[in-house]
This record gives sequence, C-alpha cells and structure tokens, in this order.
Amino acid sequence: MPDASPAPYRIEGATGAWEVVIGLEVHAQITSNAKLFSGASTAFGAEPNANVSLVDAAMPGMLPVPNRECIRQAVRTGMAIDAQINRWSRFDRKNYFYADLPQGYQISQLYHPIVGEGSLAIQTDAGDKVIGIERIHVEQDAGKLMHDQHPTRSYVDLNRSGVALMEIVSRPDMRSPAEAGAYLRKLRAILRYVGSCDGNMEEGSMRADVNVSVRKPGDPFGTRTETKNVNSVRFVMQAIEGEARRQIDVLEAGGSIVQETRLFDPDKGETRSMRSKEDAHDYRYFPDPDLLPLELDDLFLEECRASLPELPDVKATRYRDVLGLAPGNAEVILADVANARWFETLLAEAAARQGKPEPEVAKAASNWFVSDLFGALNRLGRDIEDSPVSAGQGAELLALVADGTLSGTLAKQVFEIMLETGDDPAKIVEDRGLKQTSDTGAIEAEIAKVMAANADKVADYRGGKDKLFGFFVGQTMKAMGGKANPAVVNDLLKKALAG
Amino acid sequence: MSSMTDLTALTISDLRDGFRAGSFSARETAEAFNAAVVSGRPLNAFLVETPDHALAAADKADADRASGDLKPLSGVPLGIKDLFCTAGYATTAASGILDGFVPTYDSTITSKLFGAGAGMLGKLNLDQFAMGSSNETSAFGNVLSPWRRNDGGNAALAPGGSSGGSSAAVAARMAPGATGTDTGGSIRQPAAFTGISGIKPTYGRCSRYGVIAFASSLDQAGPMAQTVRDCAILLETMAGFDPKDSTSLDEAVPAWEKSLSPDLKGKRIGIPKEYRVDGMPAEIEALWQKGIDWARDAGAEIVEVSLPHTRHALPTYYIIAPAEASSNLARYDGVRYGLRDLPEGANLQDMYAATRAHGFGAEVKRRIMIGTYVLSAGFYDAYYTKAQRVRALIARDFEEAWGKCDLLLTPTAPSAAFALGEKSADPLAMYLNDVFTVPSSLAGLPAMSVPGGLDAQGLPLGLQIIGRPLDEQGVLDAGLAIEERAGFTTRANRWW
Repeated sequence: MPDASPAPYRIEGATGAWEVVIGLEVHAQITSNAKLFSGASTAFGAEPNANVSLVDAAMPGMLPVPNRECIRQAVRTGMAIDAQINRWSRFDRKNYFYADLPQGYQISQLYHPIVGEGSLAIQTDAGDKVIGIERIHVEQDAGKLMHDQHPTRSYVDLNRSGVALMEIVSRPDMRSPAEAGAYLRKLRAILRYVGSCDGNMEEGSMRADVNVSVRKPGDPFGTRTETKNVNSVRFVMQAIEGEARRQIDVLEAGGSIVQETRLFDPDKGETRSMRSKEDAHDYRYFPDPDLLPLELDDLFLEECRASLPELPDVKATRYRDVLGLAPGNAEVILADVANARWFETLLAEAAARQGKPEPEVAKAASNWFVSDLFGALNRLGRDIEDSPVSAGQGAELLALVADGTLSGTLAKQVFEIMLETGDDPAKIVEDRGLKQTSDTGAIEAEIAKVMAANADKVADYRGGKDKLFGFFVGQTMKAMGGKANPAVVNDLLKKALAG
Repeated sequence: MSSMTDLTALTISDLRDGFRAGSFSARETAEAFNAAVVSGRPLNAFLVETPDHALAAADKADADRASGDLKPLSGVPLGIKDLFCTAGYATTAASGILDGFVPTYDSTITSKLFGAGAGMLGKLNLDQFAMGSSNETSAFGNVLSPWRRNDGGNAALAPGGSSGGSSAAVAARMAPGATGTDTGGSIRQPAAFTGISGIKPTYGRCSRYGVIAFASSLDQAGPMAQTVRDCAILLETMAGFDPKDSTSLDEAVPAWEKSLSPDLKGKRIGIPKEYRVDGMPAEIEALWQKGIDWARDAGAEIVEVSLPHTRHALPTYYIIAPAEASSNLARYDGVRYGLRDLPEGANLQDMYAATRAHGFGAEVKRRIMIGTYVLSAGFYDAYYTKAQRVRALIARDFEEAWGKCDLLLTPTAPSAAFALGEKSADPLAMYLNDVFTVPSSLAGLPAMSVPGGLDAQGLPLGLQIIGRPLDEQGVLDAGLAIEERAGFTTRANRWW
C-alpha cells in the first residue's frame, strides 16, 4: 500500500531538492488599557504623541512600574500553549540608541523570560504537527519615526513607545510556507481566544520576524537569516519562499549565506539585506536595576488559569464528540474566537427557544451559520462582529423552521429580509404573511388543478417516469406561492399521483 | 525677637519649635537664610537660588500657624540637591547636558518635603550626575568648603562629593538642612568633610521617583543637617513607600525623632577589622578609638567582627555603578530635552555624538565608557556578572556580622577634606576616598556619618555607623550617643 501522506515541501534547485527550515518570532501587542510600565493609554489611532507619559518620554528621574494586567495576559497566553510558567522572571535592558527609543534602552527579558517551553499543534496536509515554542517574553515597543512630514527633518511619535509586547519565539520546526502560515493563523486564533492580543496585523498588533535557512534533506541546519517585521500571513509565506529561493541560488552558485537581518519588500516579493552580523549591535543586556524580579504567587496563577476560556483544540473535540458537527462546519466556526462566540450564543438561544438540548439543534444551527449567515456576510463584505443579524434573531429564525412555521425556502426569504431591514423574523413572517401552510384542503385543490393541466405528465409518471415527481412538487409549491409545507405537499402528491 | 537671635545658627528642631512657640515667624527664618544664601555665593554651593519659594512656603507656614494647621516642617527652609527634579525650577544634575531643563514635575521627596511645609532656598551644586567625591566634576564650577586648614595656607578645600553643595550649604549655615543622595558615600563623606551629620537610609526607604538616576540599584536619598535629631526629623518626611518606584519598600515610617535615645545599653557594636586600612592617618585611627570609647560609655558592648570581602567592595562598586550609569544616562541624547548639538549637515548619530561629547563632563564620560565596556559582549561575565556575585558576598559578610553585633562603627572616610585639585587628576586616588562608605551601599544598609572631632589641621573628621536593614533607629541612636559625647560645636571660620 502506498504512503498516503503527501510528499514533504521541497524546492527544486539545480543541484536537487532543498528543504526549508523556518522559525518565527512573533511580536504580539498585549491587549491592555495602559502601557507596560506607564499609565499612558494604548488606544490606536490617537494624534501623534497624545498617549505619552513622562515615563514613556524618558524624562529625567522617571521610573518604570510594571502593569499587572500585561503580566497576567502573558501568563494566560503561556498557559494557553501549555508552556512552563516561570514563577520568577526578570526584566533586562537592551541598550541601543535610536530616536524612537527615548530611554536609550528597551526593557525586555533576555535571561529569564516569564514563559518557557510550550507548543502549538497545527493542521497540515500530512496531519497534525506540533510546533515547539521556546519562550514568550514581555517587552516594550518603541515609538515611530515619521519621515514624510518635513523635507529635511524626521518627526517622532511616541504613542507606541512603552506599549507592551509579547515576543513568542518558535523552535525552527516549520518546513514550508504553508506550515508557517498555519502556525501564524493558529497562534493568532489562540491569542484572540485568550484575549491577550487582538491579532490585528494591519494595525501592527501582530508582526513576525521570520528566520529562514535551507539545507539538503538530512543535512545539518544551514545558516539562517532573519527577515524583520513582516505584517501579514501572506507576506510571511511570500517572504519565506522568496528568501529560501534566494539562499538556494546563492548556495548553488557556490556562495555562502551570511547571517544577517533582512527586510521584506511586499511589492517585489523579495527580501533585501538590512544589516549583517558584523555591524550588529552589542545590546549590552543587563538586569534592569529599576525593577525587582517578577515573582508570581499561587493566587495569581490560579486566577490566570481560571480565567482562560475554552481553547480551540478542546472546543474542536467537543464540537465533534458532543455536538456532532460536520468537520467542515466546525473548522469555519473554530477559525476565530468571534465566530465561536457568535455560534455558541446562537446555539444556546436556539436550544432554549426549542426546549431541546444543544446537541439536538447543533446541526441545523451550524448549517445555517456556515451556509446562510457566512454566505451573506461574505457577500456583504462584513465580519461576524458587525453582522446585521444578531445571534438571537438567528435562533428565532431556526425555531420558526423547527416548529414548521417556515419552510427552508421561506426561511431563506425571511433571512434576506432580515439582512435588509434588521427586523426580527417573527415580525417579518407576520407582516408579510410568509407563514407556510399545512392546510390539506387548499393544497389538494391546487394539486388537482396541476394534475388537470398536466394530464400527459401524470400519465408519464404513472407509466414509470418517477423523476417527474419533482416537477409536480415545484408546480404545486408555485401555485401555493411558496408557502405550502413541503412535507405535506409531498404526502398529498404521492397519494394523488398514485391515483 | 529675630534681631536678638541669629536664626541661621539654629538647628531644624530649634527653628521648628521656636516657630511653633511664636518666638519668630517663618518669614523671618526664610529671609535670614535667603540672605545667607546671597552672602554665601563665593562658596558656589547653590546653582539656583529660589528665595521666592522659601518665602511663599514661609508665608503659608505663618498663615497655617495662625489657623492652627501646623505641618511637620512648617517654618523650615531647605536646600535641595540639584539631582531632585523640582517643578518649574531648573534641574541640571550639574551637567551641561541638562542645561536649560526645567521639569514639569517634582520628585516624590521634594513634593513630600514641600507638602510637609518646607520651603526651598535653592538648588544645590553637586558632582555632575552625582559622580565624584569632591564636587569638582560639576559643570558649573567647584563648591568651596567653608572649612580651611589652620596652617594659614588658605588652600581651597573640597566639601566632599557628590553632595558637596549640600554639605557646604549646611556647614556654612546657608541652609539648616539639605537633601542629599548617596550612591557610594555621597551623603556621608561630604558630611564628614564639613562637620555635619547625614544619613543614607536603607535602600528603598526613600523614593527615587524624580531623582535623576546615577546607579539605580545603589542610589538612595537622605538628609544632611547639623544634628542627628535634624536628620531624623527630615528623614521621617522623606521616607515612605512610593508606588511610582518599584524598588520602594512598602514599610511604615517609624517615629524616629520621638524614639531617639542615646542609651546604647544592650547594643553590641561591631568593629570591622578590615577597615583598618594601610596608610590611614593616625588621627583617624585615634578618632575611631574615641568613638569606640564613647559607644562603650553609652552602654554598648564592643565586639570585633570581620567583613572579609571588604577589599573587593571598591572594584565591585566601580563596575556596577558605571554599568548602570552607562545605561541610565543613554536618555540624554539631544532628542527631547536639554542640550542638543546639531552640527551643520549632521545625521542622527552625529547629533548624538556631538550632544553627548559636549554635554557630559570628563568624569561622566569616563564612567559611561567603563560601564559600556563591562557590559559588552565577551566582558559581561568577567566583570558585571562577577561583580554581582561579589556584591552578594559583601552583603553576606554583613548578614554574618549581624549575628555578632547590632551596629558597626567605622571612620567615614580615610582622610579629612583634601584640597581642590589634589586628587582630581588621579581618579583611583579619588575613588579610594569611598572605601568605607561603599560596602554598606552595595549591601543597601542604613548608614550615617556624624562629626567626631578635628584633625591637627583643624578639619572635621566623621564617624560612620552602619545598621541592619530598616534599623535607622539604631543608627540614629548610636549617632546621637556619639554626638553627645563628641560635643562637636566647632564651626568653620567665616571667610566668605
């Protein structure tokens, strides 16, 4: 029997197939109202330098005071990836001069990070794969230089200066752009489930430094390069492919890879050199003497753990084993915490309205959520967060179908009107008279008319052309204005046609 | 009343109590010290004079007294070392790089002092960024000690450092008390050189918020004044937990002044044998012996103790302090405040280089270079990591000594005040002046200097008392016992 798993990702070069080795350092902005060491706001989109405290501007004599919430979020994130939580950690200073770094050093954690070894499972074509996570540490973000405000001067915006980041460092465990993409998407999903980062790559809340090396399968690791600050999943995948190809070209031309920092150019899909190891900074890391070591007590850790939500992997098992959701539906719902929250509200309300346990309404709810609602949102270009229909309205619609008030067809009509007007489904049914009928007398009357008008087809059907049944259903439904209960129509038609 | 009394001769407790008793007004006190500040200008102790601040606080105190709303320091004007940020008043750390810098905020210490009713006479000169032991590294000129040798030579003497403006101002009666900061001896050594008292409390007692940083793990503020009681009074207001300083100790502030007692019965005072260093003048040995006798006379039991790692303290200090300083001073880059030197066509790096080259003095640059070197890749473990290990051993020496004694008694400095220029060309000789004060700084212990007597040249010598963590009371009590027995009343002859 041939191996069912697909062939591993390889890049063909002139000298044969190459394997790509990828590690990611993801910088994720911690969701918090205040910065890591100052009380200043973290709100996005404020006027330049509106969110800057004396501490952020590194005025003389100013001191950092850790924001407990930022520490809590980092710990919860660590717990979500089953990582070792270090009860004792410490902040270090990373010293370098730049105009966006008022202190002349970034407060980070080099020697003793708050979160140690963890891991994250991704789905690949070859099945599940576990990606190791080496550490998560907490650090300050820098400000931003603006070079486009003046012909000869640069301006500095310190709004981001001091905002808390988590740096999540993976092991070099990924072997294809697709795996890196899956890792980033999964990590983003977990951060959003935990609520420790909004994962918004466009606003810069999440960005990745991409470490890439290539080797012939079986060889030791090659020399890696680090491509800085890539800010979308697609760009990360492109950067890996571009950088791997560049390295292969260099190696196959007899050259060697220089360990260096590179930048990704999304327009060209290529990386270019930023600085090499030779002119790398000596950051002179040392423990920040303004801060005491962080010591986490049992109570704090218990609260962090107790406040963790159900995470995607656990949810996936429950959706499959308890709710019996189709794998495709489950995948769509689980992809983002906002989907899952919306769906679970829908499910709870649908079950309550119908007086049934959740598993009994889960299939219909998930089908409607994935097919109807997501179809509509895609069409409208909207996110689940700004759906024009609420979960409560969705549950009401499902209940109207379940109790026979609406047929599937009618339900779709009502949903369209809900999308347009935002009205509740019961009101729409009431106002527009869209309730389906099971009035056998009325249906039988229409069936009789349809059969009279199509005597030839009746004869054909009775002669064995079973397929014509659908034609009679359609004609009857049409005559009923779409409001007939399809099950009743089916029953009555069968009897009538049987003669 | 005031015409009969020289108010500038009074101690803080006298000023406070006399003011409360209605013997004189706070305004009279402020005016007397404001005048002393002006007439003391030849000493160059003040970088900024703030007579209006002193008068406003005095007028408030007089009004408060009328309405029966007295505060702990009502009627007491003070000098403030120019390392403490003061809202609306230039604060430079005696460095050109902060020329023109006026903070919008107060340090926690100054806001506590002002909130307790104290007025500010002015901002006091110091060694640039508190780096120095003679006040000769100030960008705004040397401070002259009010003291002179009795050899008729009239050599200008160092007031000690880094709190040289503070020591000179108190010794010359330009201020009844002053704030100081102590990183490796910067309160105690200048106090010893000028015949006044000064205490560095336990690390973390006084908030560092708004105090321009030199070496964060060592910097501690403290008071300098004529008497031990005055130090206790000021320290009670200065100390206390501050949520704005993560290294601040969340400990209640004891009523040190009220509990002051010169009775040392039941106390064991340790004499560390390693502090008998080679080349120490016999007069200092003799004073130390006197101190031991006074302590015994006050009821203490004297025990010899060993602090075996003492000789490693200076090299350890001169790795850790510059390492922290090299990073702490990175913020002075010409971008946001203070000096900016932007040569024609300069890029960012050029601006940094020009600003820092012109803004920092030679000693500051030396320490930034040392600190940068010891933190560099390849040297970090050999210097910084090792120094931290030795620091832990030095702290352990003290912990072991506390098994045998409650307090330690040592000389404050290995010499009396030296002449300006005498050591400034030789950094190592200058650094050696901190040999007795640095170990307790590395261990974060409370330590104070009290005047013990004069040397043959008529210059003051100080004795140092070191205590357990948080035992400021024990230190102050022993200081008081020595003060009472030393009877040190000599003042510098006024030549300015």
